[in-house]
Amino acid sequence: MDSMLSHLLVLLLFTDLLLLGTSRIRVSIRVVAAQGIVLGLLPFLLHFSDGISPSVIAAAGLGLALRGVVFPWLLFRAMRAAGVGLAATPTISYSTAMFLGVLFTGYAFWLWSRLPLPVPPESPLVLPVALSTQFVGLLLVITRRKALSQVLGYIVLENGIFLLSVGLKIKEDLLVELGILLDLFVALFIMGILVYHIRREFDRIDVDQLTSLRG
Amino acid sequence: MSPIQLFPLLAALLLAPLLRSVINRTKAWIAGRRGPPWLQPYRDLRKLLGKGAVYSQTTTWLFRAGPVVGLATVLVAVTIVPMAGVAAPLHFSGDLVLFAYVLALGRLATILAALDVGSSFEAMGASREAAYSALVEPVLLLGLVSLGLVAGGYSLSLIYCGGLAVGWERSPEVVTLLAFVLFVVLLIENARMPIDDPTTHLELTMIHEVMVLDHGGPDLAFIEYAQALKLWLFIQLLVGIAISALAVTGWPGVVIWAIGTVAVGVVVGLVESAMARLRLVQIPQLIFGTGAVATMALLLQIV
Repeated sequence: MDSMLSHLLVLLLFTDLLLLGTSRIRVSIRVVAAQGIVLGLLPFLLHFSDGISPSVIAAAGLGLALRGVVFPWLLFRAMRAAGVGLAATPTISYSTAMFLGVLFTGYAFWLWSRLPLPVPPESPLVLPVALSTQFVGLLLVITRRKALSQVLGYIVLENGIFLLSVGLKIKEDLLVELGILLDLFVALFIMGILVYHIRREFDRIDVDQLTSLRG
Repeated sequence: MSPIQLFPLLAALLLAPLLRSVINRTKAWIAGRRGPPWLQPYRDLRKLLGKGAVYSQTTTWLFRAGPVVGLATVLVAVTIVPMAGVAAPLHFSGDLVLFAYVLALGRLATILAALDVGSSFEAMGASREAAYSALVEPVLLLGLVSLGLVAGGYSLSLIYCGGLAVGWERSPEVVTLLAFVLFVVLLIENARMPIDDPTTHLELTMIHEVMVLDHGGPDLAFIEYAQALKLWLFIQLLVGIAISALAVTGWPGVVIWAIGTVAVGVVVGLVESAMARLRLVQIPQLIFGTGAVATMALLLQIV
């Protein structure tokens, strides 16, 4: 039970590294999908001990379906519409990005050892993994050049926040959770349309071009 | 020495070339070919050993020492690595460092021999080999030290005979990560597919094969045999992890070990069939990524 949880969390760390290291958008989307499925399974595992209520099943099931299936499908659609396969060279190299990722994970582990938490988490890995997933998401948003890669970074960032709330067993209303998921869904939908329009107007989705649009 | 201690050693010395056949036959099977006969590596070795050697006048003793030192260092490594869950003949705390650097010494000899020829082509291969081995060395050491940390001791025999069984119970996810790290290191150290194409000659992107182009006869046989043994050893590092998970000892362990060794060979063959060689500039990225995973494994244990 506990080892299953830490297996999943280590898998999440591994996918974070993979996201930082890969240049292919297709691979990135698949990795994000895998991350969504792992995250979707977590609530079931964490609430296993104190009984699974219908509301937990509903929220977790919906999260799993959205993060694991619908989001990747939307992203693949946006990818095809924008006609991109390879990410543009990021502002820092893939190796540097991975190095920063590892460095920050180390920092997150150190932080966890000093941070007093109101509720002790189920596994010592929850907080470090959540923090480094957020950092990886942020890093992707900052350093990647193409709009689609940045959308991926946004999802990863959200994944990290979700992991934190699930891992610390912050009791959320079903309604709040559904609201967050709906927000995410709409945001992704709009971003997909935006990517398509950027591509149609400028023939590419490299967002560096947008800075020269002033005036 | 009891038979169960002697058997893996003899198997390593006798069957290492056969492992190359396993890989080659797997690749042939995937490609729909019949592939070379199972005993082809042995025939090659016999043919090469029967030949005389020709040495260029520009070469010195370094060129002749290369293959000999290369084989000798690998043979030393064979005595350190535990096989089939049986402790190696030579073991002491910290022998994993000896394992890493005795192989590095052999590589240095090969690099020097390649430079000694004075051919720019071989020097290029030597430079590549030096660059990538310098990059992969910390990854290998990081992986082995993490393995020692999770198993509770820094001797390969201690790790693979009992230590990892504890490690599997305590933190299976770390051991799984390390198995992945060691697999990539295996591919890099042995110049296998995503890093180097072992089947081509005279191509500008190859690394290991280019260094040994000017060796012939018994020298080449030594190099080929040393390569086969080195591949065998790295596969043992992986198989040992799997055996520890099953926790079987004695002769049943030997049977599982044999199956595992062939299985890893098949996996290497499958990887080689499925992947294209990486571009040269992408190899450091792969090595960095593997190093990042190894560092993660280390971090996870410090918590």
